Amino acid sequence: MSYILIIGAKSDVSKELARIYARNNYNIYLAARNSLELSDFANDLSIREKQIIKCLELDILDFESHTSFYNSLLEKPFGVISVVGYLGRQEVAEVDFLEATKIVATNYLGNISLLNIIANDFVKRRNGFIIGISSVAGDRGRKKNYIYGSSKAGFTAYLSGLRNRLQKHNVQVITVKPGFIATKMIKHMATPKLLTAKPIDVAKQIFISQKNNKDILYTKKIWRWIMLIIEFIPEWKFKKMNL
Amino acid sequence: MKNNHQNLSSWGNYPKIINNVINYTHGSSLKNIISKYSNFIPFGNGRSYGDSALNKNIINMKPQNYFLHFDDSSGLLHIQAGVLLSEIIDIFINDGWFLKTTPGTKYITVGGAIASDIHGKNHHIDGCFSESVQSFRLMLPNGKILNCSHNENTELFRATCGGMGLTGIILDAKIYLIKINSIFIDQITVKANNLIEIFKAFETYKEIAYSVAWIDCLAKKENIGRGIFMAGSFNDDGDLTYDKKKKFNIPFTFPSFFLNSFTVKIFNWFYYQRVRKSISKSKVSFDSFFYPLDQINNWNKIYGKNGFTQYQFILPLENSYKGLLEILNKISMAKKGSFLAVLKLYSESNENFLSFPMKGYSLALDFKIEKDLFNLLDELDKLVIKYKGRIYLAKDVRVTKENFEVGYPHIEKFRKLRKEYGLNGSLTSLQSIRVGI
Repeated sequence: MSYILIIGAKSDVSKELARIYARNNYNIYLAARNSLELSDFANDLSIREKQIIKCLELDILDFESHTSFYNSLLEKPFGVISVVGYLGRQEVAEVDFLEATKIVATNYLGNISLLNIIANDFVKRRNGFIIGISSVAGDRGRKKNYIYGSSKAGFTAYLSGLRNRLQKHNVQVITVKPGFIATKMIKHMATPKLLTAKPIDVAKQIFISQKNNKDILYTKKIWRWIMLIIEFIPEWKFKKMNL
Repeated sequence: MKNNHQNLSSWGNYPKIINNVINYTHGSSLKNIISKYSNFIPFGNGRSYGDSALNKNIINMKPQNYFLHFDDSSGLLHIQAGVLLSEIIDIFINDGWFLKTTPGTKYITVGGAIASDIHGKNHHIDGCFSESVQSFRLMLPNGKILNCSHNENTELFRATCGGMGLTGIILDAKIYLIKINSIFIDQITVKANNLIEIFKAFETYKEIAYSVAWIDCLAKKENIGRGIFMAGSFNDDGDLTYDKKKKFNIPFTFPSFFLNSFTVKIFNWFYYQRVRKSISKSKVSFDSFFYPLDQINNWNKIYGKNGFTQYQFILPLENSYKGLLEILNKISMAKKGSFLAVLKLYSESNENFLSFPMKGYSLALDFKIEKDLFNLLDELDKLVIKYKGRIYLAKDVRVTKENFEVGYPHIEKFRKLRKEYGLNGSLTSLQSIRVGI
């Protein structure tokens, strides 16, 4: 049976995605840094779902390693889901370029580096899917997180262009734009419960969207409308706001 | 890991207390977590009926639930203690593996199964859950981890199996599964007019793997002990396709007056009458045979917001008939109704210090928590003691220290071990404080 490659496999959403796809008869590649820390999870999942679950070492920031990483996969994945992301600290990134670099390199450049390689391979075989977890923060830059937001904006545009390019090659590209998800990433933030999705629900929605050939998924769905309103605010008004 | 003040309650929804719940998560250091607390108790899936897993501080160990290894030649399964029996069944039954011992619900953790040394409908042949446990790892409050088995740290093994979580936190266990060749049970149903006929049925079918009887505990006079006896064994037809049935959900807590002696009497009458023939045979799925109530989500809500308790006692074989007659008589006179009254036959007790079973018969009755109930139960305790029986801690929420300890000849060994390992003051539950163990 086919493999799904999950990049950034340690996140809560990644683990739920691994569970859903394994339950649906896929084998899984779990790619992350210090991937051995995932071996108990992988072993448990392989017993539960009777699928092959492999842990692979991958550093999204080590661009030069990406080609050999992908070449090392004897069986190429049918689908790839990139969940890598680094929120970073806005106030630090404003003054420390290293932090800004880390944000942009993780969320944007690293994804370009790896997904370029994967996309070029998928074009040749004419099937499969690529899913990128972007963010609503990329829909409009705001003062609280524009360095993170701009990296996600770049990623969203990349996925949009990739979708455009791969359409005629029968490869599906999905952009997932989460609002808040209750994970380690935002555990320091108090977010409104109604707007905060659970990792298991996000994973289910991604799975359903992929099966139904959707292009863009907002999660929770209400964020579609929130962002629509936000995008309509004219710039002269928006620049004065405290969102 | 997150702490929160919650109302984690037991299956009986009584007592309701505010507790500090410490959620264990993978990757966190359990040793560091428990070093911060005294008077804590581990919590699995909350299916014990009373206060055995309740205290000021509760450590939710359900997240410790990885499958570790399965050896399909020996059937030895290595799992973390938070794994549910239902998960084991879901994964392995299609390949022809089942639990050697299973209680009436599959929604308990492996840790809970060991801590209560649970038993099922086959105790008269296969004994308790601990019979299928090869070993487990236990973490003491000081963080030390010990491997326990019938041959290693034997005293600790015997204290932990049935020790209600009071010896340490069970981390993982190796248990033997059994091979089966069908998901179906060949069932024999006997309609019994009274207790003598029930006993006769148990005796007649004592070679059959699984047996149990439902008793109408409100029946009086010549009908005392009437009920439905069921025995079964696994079929051999090779059909192992298990399709999980959709569960029926009880959406809200019923008003307390819903279950009273009148409604229970009516239910019992219908339940008894639905079996038409005095002896009949059928083929049923293992799910219906072993876990009839699991198909109703949250069935405990039927008992209302005050909750309920289960009174389960066991009497030695030589006193079982006489003792049960007197106890059933007392219950029907008190008009405290239980629509769930389950009778089972058991073989010898094992060497575990607080393990409940002994050679004889046990009756389990669900009672709504209401005025005067505890007075009745205290009187029943006196009868249990008179007939040399004992009470099951996994169901209990109110037995006194004096009435409890009389039934357990090895209780001092348990108390001594707790002292030796420095467990008093660290691992306690509301039940352990009440019962003095």
